[in-house]
Amino acid sequence: MIDIENVSLAYAGRGGPVLAVEGLNLAVAKGEFAAVVGPSGCGKSTLMKLVTGLVRPTTGAVRVNGAAVSGPVKIAGMAFQNANMLPWRTVADNLLLPLEIVEPYRSQFRSRKAEYKARVEDLLATVGLGGFGHRFPWELSGGMQQRASLCRALIHEPSLLMLDEPFAALDAFTREELWCVLRDIWERLRFTVVLVTHDLREAAFLADRVHVMSARPGRIIETRDVSFPRPRDLDVCYDKAFTDIVRDLRDKIAEVRKA
Amino acid sequence: MTDKLEKLAPWLFVVALFAIWEAACRIFSVPNIILPAPSAVWAAMVRFWWPLLTNSFVTLWTTTAGFLMAVGFGLLLGLVVGWSRTIYRGLYPVMIGFNSIPKVAVVPILVMWFGIGEIPAILTAFLISFFPIVVNVATGLATIEPELEDVLRALGASKLDVMRKVGIPRAMPYFFGSLKVAITLAFVGAVVSETIAANRGLGHLMTQAGSNFQMPLVFAGLIVLAIEGIAMYAVTAWLEQRMTGWAFRSQGSAGG
Ligand SMILES: Nc1ncnc2c1ncn2[C@@H]1O[C@H](COP(=O)(O)OP(=O)(O)O)[C@@H](O)[C@H]1O
Ligand SMILES: [Mg+2]
Repeated sequence: MIDIENVSLAYAGRGGPVLAVEGLNLAVAKGEFAAVVGPSGCGKSTLMKLVTGLVRPTTGAVRVNGAAVSGPVKIAGMAFQNANMLPWRTVADNLLLPLEIVEPYRSQFRSRKAEYKARVEDLLATVGLGGFGHRFPWELSGGMQQRASLCRALIHEPSLLMLDEPFAALDAFTREELWCVLRDIWERLRFTVVLVTHDLREAAFLADRVHVMSARPGRIIETRDVSFPRPRDLDVCYDKAFTDIVRDLRDKIAEVRKA
Repeated sequence: MTDKLEKLAPWLFVVALFAIWEAACRIFSVPNIILPAPSAVWAAMVRFWWPLLTNSFVTLWTTTAGFLMAVGFGLLLGLVVGWSRTIYRGLYPVMIGFNSIPKVAVVPILVMWFGIGEIPAILTAFLISFFPIVVNVATGLATIEPELEDVLRALGASKLDVMRKVGIPRAMPYFFGSLKVAITLAFVGAVVSETIAANRGLGHLMTQAGSNFQMPLVFAGLIVLAIEGIAMYAVTAWLEQRMTGWAFRSQGSAGG
């Protein structure tokens, strides 16, 4: 599904070019749940932008679905740390936004609006926001906004979901709740996911594979398979095998931070 | 009780101000030609109500015409400037330079071109008031959250889509907020121009009254100006509230 081959990317910084990633290699299979962890500023968000075609690599090649990425990929749903809901739209209308943009929904938007609205309500219900569609985003708590943001990323049933530290701003309980929300949706739909996170437990709990990035310029220095059976329960976090993985990942990151 | 007092406070201050003014004029027997007492101003207002009214309508019309031109042009230019960073960077210094010219200095030129009358007043009102609209609209567009733009672009949204769905709605509170500033400036522009070169309007009336040493009438004009200014400000403030209520309500309640 995703194939990044020997990619480097330099931003035009204030004092000359800033090499954000270099020698980056990453492969994510169709339907795989991949997590990327790494120290702050190592190029994780850059990796997301490369995959979605929002920036072009300076050297190397990015392929998504077998085709070289030369512009925005148009199939990806994205969600960030900040929910970024439009405050002048209700939650339901916020969720309709991708359908106003992505084909084939876009051209059928007027004629099938009622159907789309029902779909929005269904999706909201699956993340525990049933009946909140007519509210405005600022009437919702941070966790609820983040649920809505996740729904917005999924409403057009993308085959690729890109999540950039989506739960970083939430409290521990809400975060774990949302892990389960994401887990359940993914079990049901099995799209491809790339999840960038600081939280190693989050990565290990949700992902099939965890990739560790080096300090800037970022590249993948370690890949860990996480092979706990699915569907996983939150209790898995207390398994010895689980905590071992988390400790290994942590050691690895401590190492690259020192380097 | 305190609530009521708070509502009444502005009126109490106005009444107190006039009372002190009147008292001071009487106690120190200030001549009318220096500072007319409110009673004399009132008398002038009653006596000259017709010229005051007709001329204030002229000023209202020149201000409104200039203001509406500024709204149309400012909105358009703001959209263009906010559209791309390159245009923003290129045009911004030019506009700053233009805006730093005192518009009073332009009035004689406008008079040369269009003659004495309402057109220079309208154009001065326009020139002085479009700038804050442009800056506000452009700022609203230019400060779209980059992540939100990423979300939309990753869906294949064009620049036009991003502007229509996010940029323009988002710029509306900035736009309506700038109207309050713009109408005040337009009013200043129109009156200044009328004062320099016009044959109608409150500015003209006050200049005339001044050169005839009718100080009570000058002050009557001033008070009518104040009332008119406040009324126009209130209309735009009300419009802002009506059109962009969400921006006020969503403030402070956006959880992380
Ligand atoms: N638009 C940009 N211009 C210049 N430098 C940038 C830009 N975006 C990111 N960078 C730099 O590239 C590096 C990687 O950034 P990013 O991918 O956002 O890191 P992360 O998401 O891992 O924290 C950082 O050092 C950052 O300062
Ligand atoms: Mg980041």
